[in-house]
Amino acid sequence: MIQVNGLTKDYGARRAINNLKFDAQQGEIVGFLGPNGAGKTTTMRILTGYMPPTDGEAIVAGYDVVEESLEVRKRVGYLPETVPLYTDMVVFDYLKFMGELRHIPNVDDRVDEVLDMVGLLDRSNGYIGNLSKGMRQRVGLAQALLHRPEVLILDEPTIGLDPGQVVEVRELIREIGKERTVLLSTHILNEAQNICDRVLIINKGRIVAEDTTENLQARLIGAERVIIRVRGESDDLAKTVKQVKGVQSVETKDDGAVEFEFSSGKDMRPEVAKQVIKAGYDLLEMRPLGMSLEEIFLELTGVDKKK
Amino acid sequence: MRNIWTVAKREYDNYFNSPLAYVVAFAILLPIGIYFSLIMFISSQQAMMGGPAPESTPMNWLFVFLMIFLSPALTMRLLSDEARMGTLELLLTAPIRDFELVAGKWLGSFLFVLSIASFTLVFPIAIDNFVTPGIDWKMTLSSYLGLILVCSSLLALGTGISAIFTNQFAAFFTTLGLFFFLWFMIALPAGYLPEGGDVLNYLSLSDHFSNSMNRGTINLGDIVYYISLTALGLFAGTTAVEIRRWR
Repeated sequence: MIQVNGLTKDYGARRAINNLKFDAQQGEIVGFLGPNGAGKTTTMRILTGYMPPTDGEAIVAGYDVVEESLEVRKRVGYLPETVPLYTDMVVFDYLKFMGELRHIPNVDDRVDEVLDMVGLLDRSNGYIGNLSKGMRQRVGLAQALLHRPEVLILDEPTIGLDPGQVVEVRELIREIGKERTVLLSTHILNEAQNICDRVLIINKGRIVAEDTTENLQARLIGAERVIIRVRGESDDLAKTVKQVKGVQSVETKDDGAVEFEFSSGKDMRPEVAKQVIKAGYDLLEMRPLGMSLEEIFLELTGVDKKK
Repeated sequence: MRNIWTVAKREYDNYFNSPLAYVVAFAILLPIGIYFSLIMFISSQQAMMGGPAPESTPMNWLFVFLMIFLSPALTMRLLSDEARMGTLELLLTAPIRDFELVAGKWLGSFLFVLSIASFTLVFPIAIDNFVTPGIDWKMTLSSYLGLILVCSSLLALGTGISAIFTNQFAAFFTTLGLFFFLWFMIALPAGYLPEGGDVLNYLSLSDHFSNSMNRGTINLGDIVYYISLTALGLFAGTTAVEIRRWR
């Protein structure tokens, strides 16, 4: 549904995105992750036909974004990062206007339907200017869903929502993503982990990693890291753990807990537990320290972990 | 065409939510109303003492003259505000051509001005009823045609300039400056030039109306002039929107 090849965009002398290449299939939710200024919004603006790329090509819903821009725009729903809305318009009138621009038949019914989807039916006659940020976000989302687009491009869709709404909107996106292609950008890694089938990590205009969230984690870790904690004194705990074969890089933490690693695929936890108990300790906790997407992200984008 | 109409309709409705639009309507209709009572007063005196029959066309001249100063207020935010608020991003990613967007904005403002102008039709009708032998309707209609054409070109140029700016006041003063120049100043040097003065006269915004259509003469050159200006404004606006995309 989305095919991007060699996409490049320059703003004057600055290269915002550089030779991007990725694709997204129907029924897939792809997350676009990256620090501020990485080129997420620029890429999305090119894919929605807002601006042409400097070089490269992008095919969205079967049409070229430059040559057949209008066809692309008919099939794409877009929620820009800033959620631009006419604050002096009534919610219903605004959505009706956007629907009329898209030649939606029975536009009144469809507007009600979409308002119901985003839970704003009771605000249908209110002015957009009087809505809270979260509600405006949902009006923006309603606008993007109005014409049942094949491809949905959402720039930071859950920013500014309260936790309850975040869950609802994520649910909605997941539902939509079953049949349509969704490309969403976020800097909330947990969100990408939660709703995306696949994640693209972009930094300084280049894609630095592209995989499913699980694979990304597995690929970067290579070894599994576990923390154990015991009751009372634990001076010799590290020594005890070290004695178990297959355990590497044992390390005592300041609070007495001990961390160790073993190569993935060969689970050493039962053996370590046995030895710890045998040595007379009361084992309180044993917990795997999976590398979080945060850490992967920081590692890939080259930001110092310690900061 | 349908998209132009959709954009125009929203813009037209939007004027009725805007205090500024009412101020503009008031600032046009009030002086014309006062002028009307003056005409009625003078013609009542002339009815006793004899004199030329009253005309309604000076009121249309006043309308156009006021539009020079007031129409920039109607067009200043048409596209500049969309750019400032970011809503332009939604319009430019909707399946609508840049020209349709600009033309729709212009049409919305044009229809609003036509609505104001339609109120002034009361005055020639009233004069015609009160005064014998009535007014020259051919001249009145020619004057209204001129008024419509001048407003069309003013609003198109204003829309075009609005597309260039992100700040509505920058758009306002640029538009006002351009109209001032085209109405008052461009023909000034014509008399002093050894040749080429005709060209400057032709470019003057006021000449085609004040000395021509407002006096009952309709000629093709005047109509072409105003239609060209309208086209130029819309073309400039479309180009400005396209340039915005590339930035």
